[in-house]
This record gives sequence, C-alpha cells and structure tokens, in this order.
Amino acid sequence: MAVPLAFFGLFFAYPVAAIVGRGLKTDEGWQFGRFAEVLARPDIVDVLWFTTWQAFASTLLTLLIALPAAYVFARFEFPGKQLLRAVVTVPFVLPTVVVGTAFLALLGRGGLLDELVGVRLDTTVWAILLAHVFFNYAVVVRTVGGLWAQLDPRQEEAARVLGAGRFTAWRRVTLPALAPAVAAAALMVFLFTFSSFGVVLILGGPAYSTLEVEVYRQTAQLLDLPTAAVLTMVQFATIGAILAVHAWTVRKRETALRLVDPGRTTHRPRGWAQRTLLGGVLLTVALLIVAPLGVLVERSFDTPDGYGLGYYRALQDAGAGGGTFLVAPLEAIWNSLQYALAATAIALVIGGLAAAALTRRGGRFVRGFDALLMLPLGVSAVTVGFGFLITLDEPPLDLRTSWILVPLAQALVGVPFVVRTMLPVLRAVDGRLREAAAVLGASPLRAWREVDLPLVRRALLIAAGFAFAVSLGEFGATVFIARADRPTLPVAVARLLGRAGELNYGQAMALSTILMLVCAVSLLLLERLRPDKTSGEF
Amino acid sequence: MSTTKKIAGVALAAALGVTTLSACGGGDTKDKPAGVSDAPKSKTVTLVSHDSFNVTDTVLKEFEQQSGYTVKVLKSGDAGAALNQEILTKGSPRGDVFFGVDNTLLSRALDNGIFTPYEAKGLAEVKPEYVLDKEHRVTPIDSGDICVNYDKAYFAEKKIAPPQTLDDLIKPEYKNLLVTENAATSSPGLGFLLASVGKYGEDGWKDYWSKLKANGVEVVDGWEQAYNERFSGSAGGKKAKGDRPLVVSYASSPPVEVLYGEPQPTEAPTGVSTGTCFRQIEFAGLLKGAKNEEGGKALVDFLVSKKFQEDMPLQMFVNPVTKDAVLPELFTKHGVVVEKPEDVAPETIAKNREQWVKAWTALVVK
Repeated sequence: MAVPLAFFGLFFAYPVAAIVGRGLKTDEGWQFGRFAEVLARPDIVDVLWFTTWQAFASTLLTLLIALPAAYVFARFEFPGKQLLRAVVTVPFVLPTVVVGTAFLALLGRGGLLDELVGVRLDTTVWAILLAHVFFNYAVVVRTVGGLWAQLDPRQEEAARVLGAGRFTAWRRVTLPALAPAVAAAALMVFLFTFSSFGVVLILGGPAYSTLEVEVYRQTAQLLDLPTAAVLTMVQFATIGAILAVHAWTVRKRETALRLVDPGRTTHRPRGWAQRTLLGGVLLTVALLIVAPLGVLVERSFDTPDGYGLGYYRALQDAGAGGGTFLVAPLEAIWNSLQYALAATAIALVIGGLAAAALTRRGGRFVRGFDALLMLPLGVSAVTVGFGFLITLDEPPLDLRTSWILVPLAQALVGVPFVVRTMLPVLRAVDGRLREAAAVLGASPLRAWREVDLPLVRRALLIAAGFAFAVSLGEFGATVFIARADRPTLPVAVARLLGRAGELNYGQAMALSTILMLVCAVSLLLLERLRPDKTSGEF
Repeated sequence: MSTTKKIAGVALAAALGVTTLSACGGGDTKDKPAGVSDAPKSKTVTLVSHDSFNVTDTVLKEFEQQSGYTVKVLKSGDAGAALNQEILTKGSPRGDVFFGVDNTLLSRALDNGIFTPYEAKGLAEVKPEYVLDKEHRVTPIDSGDICVNYDKAYFAEKKIAPPQTLDDLIKPEYKNLLVTENAATSSPGLGFLLASVGKYGEDGWKDYWSKLKANGVEVVDGWEQAYNERFSGSAGGKKAKGDRPLVVSYASSPPVEVLYGEPQPTEAPTGVSTGTCFRQIEFAGLLKGAKNEEGGKALVDFLVSKKFQEDMPLQMFVNPVTKDAVLPELFTKHGVVVEKPEDVAPETIAKNREQWVKAWTALVVK
C-alpha cells in the first residue's frame, strides 16, 4: 500500500496539484471565482455537453458490439483465436493520426462505404463513435472475456438442472458474477472516450471538441493556466462521480466466485446458434478492426511502381542518411520496446501491490485510493507532462531530462488497467482459502503465493498485455518527454507524417505497420507465457 | 509449474529494480552535464526545441569537435507547447539554448523574460529585416512562408490558371477548392489567418473570411490532414483520394515533394500562390539560468554560422536568414521566392491573437 501510494503521490498527485495550483493561485490567494467564470462560458458548456454524451454513446455502442465477442473468446475454441485476440488489441497502440487516416479511407469521401452505398460518415459523430469502438473493443473483450473464461459453466448448468430456463440461469448465475468485470470495462471505456483527444480532432473536424482537447489548447497553445486548471478540476469531478457510482455497483455485486482453469470451459461451437454467433463476431472484427488496419498495410506496400517493399527499404536507408530527424526503424522499435517493458514492469508492481491492498482492506480511505488509481486515465497528458516540468526540477528528483520519465508517465496509464483487471479476480478469490492456508501455518506472503497467485496469474498476464500495449502506443506524454535521440515508434511516425513528400508518407505507413506487428507479436508471446492448462493445485 | 514461478519471480525482481531505480533516478549522472558545479567549463550544452528541429549529424559533429562541447538535443512537442514549457520552467530551464520561438509567439516569450541578451558572433551577416529584437534577447535563425499550394495537374487539366492572391481565392472559379487548417490549433492555420489580417487589416479580415466561407473553404484540424488527406496534389492526398486542389502549406512544400518523390520527379507536382503568404521567422535565445552559458553562446553562434544556415534548408525546409548562405539547388530550382509576404507586428499579434482566433472560430467553424 505504501509503495503505490508514494508512487502516485510523487508522480501524479503532486505534479497535477502543482500545475492546477499554478493556474488557480495568484498573489492575492486562491481564485475560486474562476470556476463560475469559466463554466458560464457558452463555448465551454458546449464542450462539456458534447464530451459527456459522446462518451455515454461510445461506451454503450462498444459494450453492445464487444460483449458477444467477449463471450465467444471466453467460451469457444476456434482456429486462430490467439492471433485474433492479439489483433483486436493492436488498435490500442496505434497513433490516432494513423487510425484517423484509415477511418477516413473507409468512411470518408471516395471511401469503401461511399463507393458501395454512397454514404459518408466523416465529420459526423458516427465516425467518432465507430473509431471509439475500434479503439476500445479489446478493453471489453479482454477484461470481461478474461473473467468469463474462468467462470465455472457447471454452476449455470446446475441452475438449469434445478429447473431454471436458459435465460434465467444466465441472469441469476452468470450475470451477477460477470457484473464487476462488465462494470470495470464500461468504466474504462467511458474514461477513455470521455478524455478522447486525437479521434475527436481528426474525425470530428474542428467543430467538435472534448474537454481534453480544450485542456490541451488552453495549456499547450494559449498558456491560459487558470482556464486549464478549472477544466482539469471539472474533469476530475466528473470522473470522481463516475467512480463513485462504479464502486457502489461493484460493492453490491461482488461475491466470491468459483474460478476454474479457462482451458476447461471452452469448447468448439455447437449447433447453428453458436456457429452464427461466432460468424457474426468474426464478421464484426473483420469489418471494424481488420479492415481499417488492412488499409494501412495496403498503403505501406503501395509504392508508385506497384506493390513492393520500397518504403520499408527506405526506412533502412534513412538511418544511414544522417540527420537527427530520422532514426533507423530498428532503433525506434528497440527504444519503444525498452520503454514499454520498463513501464509494464512498473505498472505491474505498483498495480499489483495496489490491487492486493485493495482486496485485503476496506473502509472509506481504501475506496478513495481505488478512485485515485483511476484518475490518470481521465487526466490529460499535457497536464501531467507540464506538471512534471514544474515539480520534478530539483535534485534528487530532477528527472525532466531523464529517460525514466517516459516509462513513469506510461506506467501511470498502465496501472489502472492492472488494478481493474486484477481486482475482480482477486476479490473473487474465496477468503477462506487464504484463512485455511494461514491456519496451516503459511506466512501471508506464502499464502499469497500459493493461493492467490495461481488464480490471478492469468489476470496478471492480461493486465501486463494491456500495460504493455498502452505503453507501446502512448504518444501524448512521450512526445513532451522523449529525448530527440531516442524517439519511440509513434513519435517517429508522427515526425514522418509531419513532412510533405511521397517517401515520408509511405514510410509513416510502413512504420505504423511495423508498430502493429511488434504489438501483435509481443502480445502473442505474452499469451504463450500462460501457465500450462493442467494446473489444478486446488 | 516451477518454471512459471521462476519467471514470475524474475519479472517481479526486475520490476522492483526498475522502481527502485526510478525512485532515486535523479542521481543518474549519465543524464547530467559532466561537472556542472565544480568544473570551470561544462562539456555538455543542451538545446531545447520543438519536434521539427533537425540537423545533419556530420554538421553537428563538426561543431562539437571544433568547440569541444557535446550537444544534447531535447525536443518537446510542437512550437507552442515547447515555448510554453520554457515559460513554465523559467529560472530553472532544462537546457541552455531554446530554438523555435517564431514571430507569432515572440512577444509572449519576451514578456515572460526567459532569455538573456546575447549578441551572436556573425549577427552582422543576418539580414537586418529579421532582427526584430533590438536587445538581442533572441537571434533570428530561419524564415519560412506559409502559403496556399496548388495541384498543378488539376489546374492544367481544367485549363484554369491557379490562384495567385488572397483576392483570387474568393472568386467563383475557385469555389470549393481550398482546404485550410484550424487557426486555433495549427500554426499554418494561424499563419493563413494572419496573412488575411496583414492584407485586409484588423477591420477587414472578417469580411474576407465570410466571403471565403461562402466560397466553400474547408477547415480541418491540422496540417497532416489538410495536406496528406484532403489535398489532391500531395502523395498522401492522391492515395487518400483528396479532392481539394488548394491547400494552406509552406512555400517549401514543392521542393519537399521533389526530394521525397519516388522516383524523384523532374518538376514539382505542386506550386505556390505567392500572393497568399505570411512570413514566419524563427528565433533562438540563450535561456536565463542556463547551466552552461558559455556553451550556450557558442551554440547560438553555431546556429547563425554559414555551415548550419546552409544545412537547414534540406533538414527543416526553411530559408536561411544570413546574407551569405547559399541555397541548395533543390530550392533554387523548385522553390519560389516570395517577394511581398503579408506582415503583422509581433506586438499586435500578441495583443489580438486570442480575440482573432475566437472571432475566426465563431465565423468559420461553427
């Protein structure tokens, strides 16, 4: 508990408080009057309204589309499942500029949809919503699916034997067990879409703006810190409210569950209903996720002399060409991997300790801490980045130009995933098992190792996958902090896209494709780490 | 089971190692200029800049060898964000020299007093019209023009002349052809707005923009989208089936299209409407509180040296500010010279910028 608390205090609460304080405090003291002033502005009211309703709509749409997939991934066995699970997570790491390009190619003028049915969705709110589903699909599939796969189907079967209908059995047995995971996923999707930045900028055009976009504009462009501070506080308050609601629903629902090895709950789809469901999910994935990714891959090979590896070869030459601008792609991959590994490690330790502490203790204080851990998801990178600048500027903590700042900032966003993924599983562990272990003479550490760890290992790996993917794709904070000589893949892509010329554009597409590959391969490797399926130590 | 446990154990240990490291990472001497406080002359000099800063490795190496300094470059976001970070860390800067404040932001930088005056060696070579600060708190380094670019093929095919001036853009033959950037978030977008202010004055620009809007100007968020997605003349735009043959970009964009063409074309596929331009001048300055002031001075001297000035065009696609710098062939052959760019004084921009952008947003975007 002390370690995560110190971590968050030092690398989140303190910097953010400092930058907000800078905005709200003048020589004459605190300027709380600013709140009324800023919140009365009609343009800000518009921003608030749009931010909120699009987040609700995006979350609902994501749940609607992704929950069947969570079921399919949890219960069915089909060829290429692991690969597909990695593929749906890829959107997570892609820079929004790149994704915007892909979506415009599909939904915009002259795009696939336009040519087939004559419908254009760019600059409409539908493009934003669909892109949000694209980005957050994996959150639902992995968070909910992870738990679902470990629920013992025999409990539902037992209910049916006792006379309950199929739906009643599902509603009375499976749904309550699943509810915390669904709530956690919904919450994360909401936080992500509530603080949406790039998607809204690119697909919505300048007419739509979220709170996050406004905070960025006020801070990075206008240096209007008072307004930025007010908006940051509003974002805080909203997220706080959402978290409170979430905590309340979870507390009502959470029960100790009987978890089993996921290998035992899956089977090949049987009957037309299950096959249709699987087919439907595969089709959705193909249209919604694979198609946009495919566009990018296609463009990376589409050189003026026909399809070829021209842009990939150019990437190699770039490294030798000199100039601090271009780096060899291999080097950027290596930088990205190093940062992401360090960030994942930090996120796992901090998040793991926090999750463990949260399961053990109750009380208002702990619940408050629970909420604190989620806040980084809803606070803009620019606020944190600028906060770092004005707080971590004195030895021994002058980290402003140190490489460690990048993984630290990335870990801040990774920790909530670790906590959210692990909590439902940890809380579901029957406390009596631990007590039994203690009675038999095990130390708390040993009890954790022997009882909790085997059960949560899977959740831990899913969490690690998330933290890794988030870190790999993180752009907002990295771009402020990354040293010129060590750009990450997303930073390198952005630099290429920022220049005119065929070769630069092609290389940006090629580098994005490499980013996808690196992510997919890393996730596959991570899944491979999964313990063998015969584990049955309890 | 035991191997998995081992792996988990190793991972945990590694992770703990990393966090411990991070907790005391400030002591990491590798990232500090060697001998900051005790040695008389520090060997590292740090340049803070925006993402677009770039220099050829060999040119930088040569400076390092001659001066004995090691140069560290720190890039942090776009030009506006980078400058604002310097303002926030005033007095305790991350580096010694800041490069990348332009004439639209100059007053903000000077009013906040983040620079120490220093008259660079070689300043005599700098064209006097670029020296906007008589106290030499900042030194001009490069200039670039934000102009409307056109798709040559489109206008050749339609047999109409491409527009040349701001007045042309509101004519009916150019209806629904122009795409520009959001002036609130993008520097070419802001530059184009300022060009109209320069031309039509503080009272007339709104009228011009309502006509431009009536003539079907499209606004997207940033340069990447305008240029790579919507503009029909760029490589990316062609792939994305962009259908706007006019875009707000830079006067140097056509040479870049040539340089990064695949294969390199003999003629640029795009042209520049020279009567639509706003001139951006970028400055560098010695930061107040710099740990290595001597090194910082040497670095500023280097930035206006002939070597760096001649390297710049092909690295950052901007023009040198010194009289003796020779432009590369690519620029003389495919670039244009903008004789009379529109101009607005930095103080006027500083005073009105926010209000102009607000009025522009209300008028054009909403």
